[in-house]
Amino acid sequence: MKRNIYLDHAATTYMKKEVLEAMMPYLTQNYGNPSSVHSFGREARKAIDKAREQTAKALKARFDEIFFTGGGTESDNWAIKGVALANQNKGKHIITSAIEHHAVLYTCEFLEKNGFEVTYLPVDSYGMVDPQDVEKAIRPDTILVSIMFANNEIGTIQPIKEIGAITKEKGVYFHTDAVQAVGHVDIDVNDMNIDLLSLSAHKFYGPKGVGALYVRKGTKITPLLHGGAQERNRRAGTENIPGIIGLGKAIELAYENMEENNKHLIRLRDKLINGIMDRIDDVRLNGHPTLRLPGNVNMSFEYIEGESLLLSLDLKGIAASSGSACTSGSLDPSHVLLAIGLSHEIAHGSLRMTLGDENTDEEIDYVLEVLPQIVQRLREMSPLFIQEKGGCQYV
Amino acid sequence: MYSEKVMDHFMNPRNVGEIENPDGVGEVGNAKCGDIMRISLKVENDVIVDVKFKTFGCGAAIATSSMATELVKGKTIDEALTITNKAVADALDGLPPVKMHCSVLAEEAIRKAIEDYKEKQKNKVGV
Ligand SMILES: Cc1ncc(COP(=O)(O)O)c(C=O)c1O
Ligand code: FES
Repeated sequence: MKRNIYLDHAATTYMKKEVLEAMMPYLTQNYGNPSSVHSFGREARKAIDKAREQTAKALKARFDEIFFTGGGTESDNWAIKGVALANQNKGKHIITSAIEHHAVLYTCEFLEKNGFEVTYLPVDSYGMVDPQDVEKAIRPDTILVSIMFANNEIGTIQPIKEIGAITKEKGVYFHTDAVQAVGHVDIDVNDMNIDLLSLSAHKFYGPKGVGALYVRKGTKITPLLHGGAQERNRRAGTENIPGIIGLGKAIELAYENMEENNKHLIRLRDKLINGIMDRIDDVRLNGHPTLRLPGNVNMSFEYIEGESLLLSLDLKGIAASSGSACTSGSLDPSHVLLAIGLSHEIAHGSLRMTLGDENTDEEIDYVLEVLPQIVQRLREMSPLFIQEKGGCQYV
Repeated sequence: MYSEKVMDHFMNPRNVGEIENPDGVGEVGNAKCGDIMRISLKVENDVIVDVKFKTFGCGAAIATSSMATELVKGKTIDEALTITNKAVADALDGLPPVKMHCSVLAEEAIRKAIEDYKEKQKNKVGV
């Protein structure tokens, strides 16, 4: 039987049936432009407003603090560039971490080339930012701290509330890239003192190419896109109505069923992690053992390389991903794995499996059956691996 | 992304392993992505009678190692030295452009193993 097991939900998810159903009328009959005065337009306006309410409720934010965008990347770019431009009179210093998504890191690098200064905070071996480091890094000219809620590769969940308390006290804006966290973690932007938060619908069973930025009322931020008066003059361009409606429905469903879904994911996740540890020698878990996303498994297998692992798994019908240099295109291993202190060789042998709510026990059993064989086969081909009475070591 | 031939050599690599008491060994590392390949040779009358490899690397690195060993087996060492990474890639029905550097690893490992063989021969003659 040809298997088809999807373990790459951090890359993207399928779209839920209810989400598609909510979107369908806005792709066909209700195609009005929400900026129009007529009934077609009003229909569309009502639908966006509903999605905005659903999104605001999920984050415990206000209705008028939610702005829809073209996805996580746009939200990150807007938050960072928008705050930087609007607040450069106060200062030109930004603080972020070494393990951010490239949507944040490359935006910061762009700003560095344009006269801003950026501090990249290190993380510990679990990938955790120390709030004290944030506090120490804040200077009189610091305008923004941007620390991701949860990491997309190793799943580590950051001490967001502690960081928010510090930025609030110091009077510095706090942005968090919550693209991986939304739908899996309770978020309260007020309790956590978050000023800006990025999210993306295709990570929680919504459509691709649509996201949102939460912006606390009163935050000084310049638009990224100029043009029409959409999104209360903050984000120009005719709205992606079906996408926005899909986002609203998806975020509502995600929070309605979060507890139950997380329980399922955590059980499968720990079964997979423990199963691998029991069956395969010389592996390590990357990320924090408990303060991690419910669906994230990231492990390094010594002596072998991630791309050959992915190819082998794919041939067995299992879809996963890796932080190996050979899969990166840039030929450097993942910056996240290097930042948590892995050597290039160990980072090379990393495998990320991210679970979704339709994965089953039976699928995990199958992975636990085939993975040890694949690892064994590749290790036998590896010049780094010598087997001595069951043990092995580097040569 | 990969041709059927690449996948075949990846899944069923030829000549995996290490030759006991080899006549030449070449180990190279890939500066680009940090991968490693080791090739060992058995040579009789300047003909490569056996060859084996071990590779730590991506699918393309494993497949090119396998193909390179196939191409040099039975050849004289001079013939083997004329085999380029492009010839190895062509024999696999091509590689994606970002993976061409992996085939360089195979060419270099073979060269190094032959150099090692020649070096050992010299020493033998000297004794
Ligand atoms: C943490 C994080 N930030 C940002 C993004 C970018 O989101 P999008 O693909 O919606 O632009 C992703 C998704 O890959 C992500 O995981
Ligand atoms: S060996 Fe690293 S990309 Fe091929």
